[in-house]
Amino acid sequence: MNPAPAASRSNGVVRLEIPAVAEWVAVARLAVAAVASRRPFSVDDLEDIKLAAAEACTNAIQHGPPNGTIAITCEVSAEGITISVSDRGHGAPLGTVAQERIGDAGRTEELGVFLIRALMDTVEYTSDVRNGTQLVMTKRISR
Amino acid sequence: MDIKVNVRESEGDAYVVDLAGEIDVYTSPKVKDAITELIDREHYNLVINLEKVRYIDSTGLGVLIGGLKRVREHGGSVNLVCTNPQIKKIFDITGLVKIFGIFDDEQSAMKALA
Repeated sequence: MNPAPAASRSNGVVRLEIPAVAEWVAVARLAVAAVASRRPFSVDDLEDIKLAAAEACTNAIQHGPPNGTIAITCEVSAEGITISVSDRGHGAPLGTVAQERIGDAGRTEELGVFLIRALMDTVEYTSDVRNGTQLVMTKRISR
Repeated sequence: MDIKVNVRESEGDAYVVDLAGEIDVYTSPKVKDAITELIDREHYNLVINLEKVRYIDSTGLGVLIGGLKRVREHGGSVNLVCTNPQIKKIFDITGLVKIFGIFDDEQSAMKALA
């Protein structure tokens, strides 16, 4: 007998587009967590991924145009998950955020970005006036 | 997804804000309204009970920080009740454990206000 197809180990890409309004962020974070759960992430890692995805969407809402949309792409592989969050806004100052702890610095406005950087393994960010912002972050499966 | 907010008077001048559910960019205004209303009524010693909160994001943290800043201007304090390890972790990695009193039960949080 042939072994059962290892569907849970196959690579895959899931794309989702949500309206750039607050009430849809919960849908995005739950969808991203559901995709990530196809890989053997720990419960803690799944919570980290969920929060990072939500923070990226919130950032896009805050800096994107009114009545816009947010495109979320999740790509799973044997190594982990790559999540891309894009909007058509005017760009956000993500690249300038320092790595200090928010509580130490007494700042709150960049809390979301700080969390993304703290919770994910890599975070890349591009932003320009014409194309908006794209945040790409990865989380590796802990061995 | 929703957040349930219940405000109740406790010992002395202290008030307890019970939260249950998820605090995110959509639900945090409801939490902010409850805290703001208490502070506007000159109640500056608050315990915010997060025991039944399953999720909190940066906007929720921002609401708590905003409340703390306002009560401190009047010599008050905000103590949190939190037992969820994931939420405790968020307070830890952001360094907010240093500015909030975080307790495992309401009695301890209330006692520390005094």
